[in-house]
Amino acid sequence: MAKVSSVYSPPNSIGKRKLILGLEWWKWLSIGLVLYAIIMGFVGPVPALPILHETIRNLYFHVPMWWGMMVILLVSLIYSIKYLNSGNTKHDIIACESVNVGLLLGMLGLATGSWWAKFTWSFTPLFSLDGWWVNDVRLNGAAITVLIYFAYVVLRNSMDEEQKRAKIAAVYSIFAYVLLIVFLMVLPRLTDSLHPGTGGNPAFGKYDLDSNMRMVFYPAIIGWTLLAVWMMDILVRLRVIRQKILINQFK
Amino acid sequence: MLLNEIKGLVKREITLEWRQKYALSGILLYVISTVYLCNLSFDRIIDANTWNALFWVILLFASVSAVSKSFIQEREGRLLYLYSITSPQGLILSKIIYNSVLVILMSLICLIFYSGFIGYLVQNFWLFLTALLLGSFGFSAILTLMSAISSKTRGNQTLMAILSFPIQLPLLLTLIALSKKAIEGEVLANCYDLVVILLGIDLIVVVLSYLLFPYLWRD
Repeated sequence: MAKVSSVYSPPNSIGKRKLILGLEWWKWLSIGLVLYAIIMGFVGPVPALPILHETIRNLYFHVPMWWGMMVILLVSLIYSIKYLNSGNTKHDIIACESVNVGLLLGMLGLATGSWWAKFTWSFTPLFSLDGWWVNDVRLNGAAITVLIYFAYVVLRNSMDEEQKRAKIAAVYSIFAYVLLIVFLMVLPRLTDSLHPGTGGNPAFGKYDLDSNMRMVFYPAIIGWTLLAVWMMDILVRLRVIRQKILINQFK
Repeated sequence: MLLNEIKGLVKREITLEWRQKYALSGILLYVISTVYLCNLSFDRIIDANTWNALFWVILLFASVSAVSKSFIQEREGRLLYLYSITSPQGLILSKIIYNSVLVILMSLICLIFYSGFIGYLVQNFWLFLTALLLGSFGFSAILTLMSAISSKTRGNQTLMAILSFPIQLPLLLTLIALSKKAIEGEVLANCYDLVVILLGIDLIVVVLSYLLFPYLWRD
């Protein structure tokens, strides 16, 4: 039980956290950046481009979600490796909750991406059932990412014993993440993509993404990533508190 | 040291398999009946893409059912015994070697029956064979670790499929791309990049299994 005890020691970070109006500085930064991205995303100037038209505003929402997801999944990978080295339950909780947040962002990214693709890449009527999915490299990569991490959640739920579950889930998560990276690197070589910058399509960076858009796009990425970390932080603290309550019941 | 251990463990796997021949004949029957089923439902396939995709999908499912038993069949007591006499690295490598031999044999048999029942469209046989060998090895290496993971859980057979399919996709898609070139009669020199990708994936999988299995093993 020595390993478990590390979770129940008083959380060292909360006392030391410097608060500004009740929140840490990076949380305020996250709120500010996401709000800025949303407001500027809807009212800011965008270049008029064929096919894309006003849907280009989705760039501020869709792409930062993927960024946030990849970052938060990387956090999960790091904490999985840490767990295998330390056996500290808190590392396992962080790895698990990062995946949960990553899955949420992944689902949102899929939804916004599918919505966007419907209006730009497919030529089906607006209310028809088909045309929501185009066979595209990045889309498939995203779908596989979500599938892999749903499998991770199922794997976790199929075991009761905490230590064993944590260890096996960590092993799977490391294995899956490495192969996912391989997949994302290999896939664009196999087929053409509709996405900008691949398969002969021009990249946004070249001329589409003018300086006005960049002023919104980069803050949006940082803001959404911070928001993902914030959500993960809350979930982790909730889990730790729940475990404490559970332990106190049996004292 | 490790080599001797692997040799002994592979010999043990073969002996075990030979004693209970139903497993081997079961896999054979699985492949043959699946191919025959496809023959009945598809009639003859002339389209190269469909031929290719169907072949690999059959092989994917067959290899899942062939490899899934490799850890699940080991009883608690036997695992405990193995734990006391071997190293985890030796065990996982020997399982990978044994399973890949099994899957390679199975895929060759599958190719023969598939060509017989459904048709043979490959123009560059040696390139196709390269894809087949590298692919079978990769499948079995991935599935061996997944079998080790799923043997620790309750609903192991279903979980095995859920866990391994998304992970196998990079391998599967590269294989389909390479074998499509083989069907079109491309020469090896034109698709080195795909062969290198396949080799790379195989290597990554083996290295990861070697590094990660010890953590699964200690329970």
